[in-house]
Amino acid sequence: MTTPALDLPAAVMKTIAPSMLRRPRDPVPAYRVLFFLVVIGAWQAVSGRLVSPFWVSSPMEIGATLWAWSLSGLLWRHLFVTFQETAAGFLIGASLAITGALLVGRSETARRTLDPFLTAIYGVPKVALAPLFIMWFGIGLMPKIVLAAVSVFFLVFFNTLSGIREVDRRLVEAMVLMGGSRADVQRRVVLPASLPWIFTGLKLGLPYGFVGAVAAEMMASNQGIGFLTQDSAGQFNTAGVFAALFALMVVTTLLNAGLGALERRLFRWR
Amino acid sequence: MQPHLLELTDVSKVFETAGRRAEVLSAVDLSVARGEFVSLIGPSGSGKSTILNLLAGLDRPSGGSIRYDGRPLDGISPRIAYLTQHDSLFPWLCVEDNVALPLDIRNIDRQTRRQAVGDILNKVGLAGYERHYPRQLSGGMQKRAMLARTLIYEPETILMDEPFGPLDAQLKLVLQAELMRLWSGSGKTILFVTHDIVEAITLSDRVVVLSRQPTRIKHIEEITIPRPRDVRDVRFAPSFEAHYKALWDAIEIFGTTGREIAEPVS
Repeated sequence: MTTPALDLPAAVMKTIAPSMLRRPRDPVPAYRVLFFLVVIGAWQAVSGRLVSPFWVSSPMEIGATLWAWSLSGLLWRHLFVTFQETAAGFLIGASLAITGALLVGRSETARRTLDPFLTAIYGVPKVALAPLFIMWFGIGLMPKIVLAAVSVFFLVFFNTLSGIREVDRRLVEAMVLMGGSRADVQRRVVLPASLPWIFTGLKLGLPYGFVGAVAAEMMASNQGIGFLTQDSAGQFNTAGVFAALFALMVVTTLLNAGLGALERRLFRWR
Repeated sequence: MQPHLLELTDVSKVFETAGRRAEVLSAVDLSVARGEFVSLIGPSGSGKSTILNLLAGLDRPSGGSIRYDGRPLDGISPRIAYLTQHDSLFPWLCVEDNVALPLDIRNIDRQTRRQAVGDILNKVGLAGYERHYPRQLSGGMQKRAMLARTLIYEPETILMDEPFGPLDAQLKLVLQAELMRLWSGSGKTILFVTHDIVEAITLSDRVVVLSRQPTRIKHIEEITIPRPRDVRDVRFAPSFEAHYKALWDAIEIFGTTGREIAEPVS
């Protein structure tokens, strides 16, 4: 009789202790869900009562549209097009930017010569270039890829360049002293040392590339999420416009989460 | 007698910044034999690091000549390693990769590289820390890693700029003992900058005392304490006191000689 009674506390400790020792849970994720539900609920409540659904549609209607689009495959087809354009533009723009910055960064004279021109071009709203690219490349994927690439290029370029200028002189010296060549300095010191800056540029650039692709789609296209938005608006399909916007939001969130995970993996040394 | 490995003849160095002319070194003559351990001491700002920078080939003298192994020293030489004062480990590489870097840039194959890195990390007492990043190491361990990275490519001359400067007294002793152990019998020539008189006596064959700017060689003290030396016992050697006094007297502190500031305790 006494033995099980004595054993009980130990058994209880064994099963309960770990969960009790755990740190208190972060309440923020729960608040986020709550915030989302409140906004959606308010929207649903207002729609049809205070504001006509023609202007604001309603979460239910948008959900139904998304559901129908994903069942018919329409959503995936257009998403895939936009994804292709963004990915291609991002890769092209980013690699040109990194290579360009590494080249320009080797010479302070080159950097100072080019600086005012690059800054001037950087200041032009990239969307303003879309008509030009459509004129040059037609209405296929090409103008979207080019606009996405241009949007990505400048952010990555300027960030990489600041990274290169911030490289610790003493690390460069150490590499030279142990017998490293100019190429060793570039590849083994300058590039890894500026990688955190390059990554900041990539993170900032990715959504801009996406914006570039979608903006070009909205101007002249027959596919992609930008086209879907424009097309729905043309038919006064408010729910369709919102559904397309929602899809865009999901995509950017996923892209950023992916880059964030990659960044944590790459910079374990920090 | 064998010719000297390193010969500085009438070396001077003048820096000019914003129109101001500063003569840092003036008429420095110094010869170092192969396998010798020579320390440079002097008041701060006495151009100790400038001498090492010249020997490393990072900078050129304004006048005079530097000869290495019979030839004029021209730029950076793979035979001369330089362990600088500041931390220069690459923060994005783990200890193993940092130490292997000199072999890596010489295109040494992977197998040999791993073997050499394992050996050298054992020697400097860093075995087990291969996968650690520099920021995860203590100051003393970072110094060991830098030393390992210097030793791994077998330079014949090593320039060391206050390598144990910021470390605490006990750790300093441990690392001095390890440096002695690694150096003895290796045939390597070491030029060691320090501001610690006891450290200079403990390690060196000769201690060179530099004056304030423009720096000249003020005194060269031959350390007669027999080797092998125990870093803990050096200060009890019969000749220690005489060396200590001579060096203290030669060093100018606050623009004057030590004797006028305080009598050394010994």
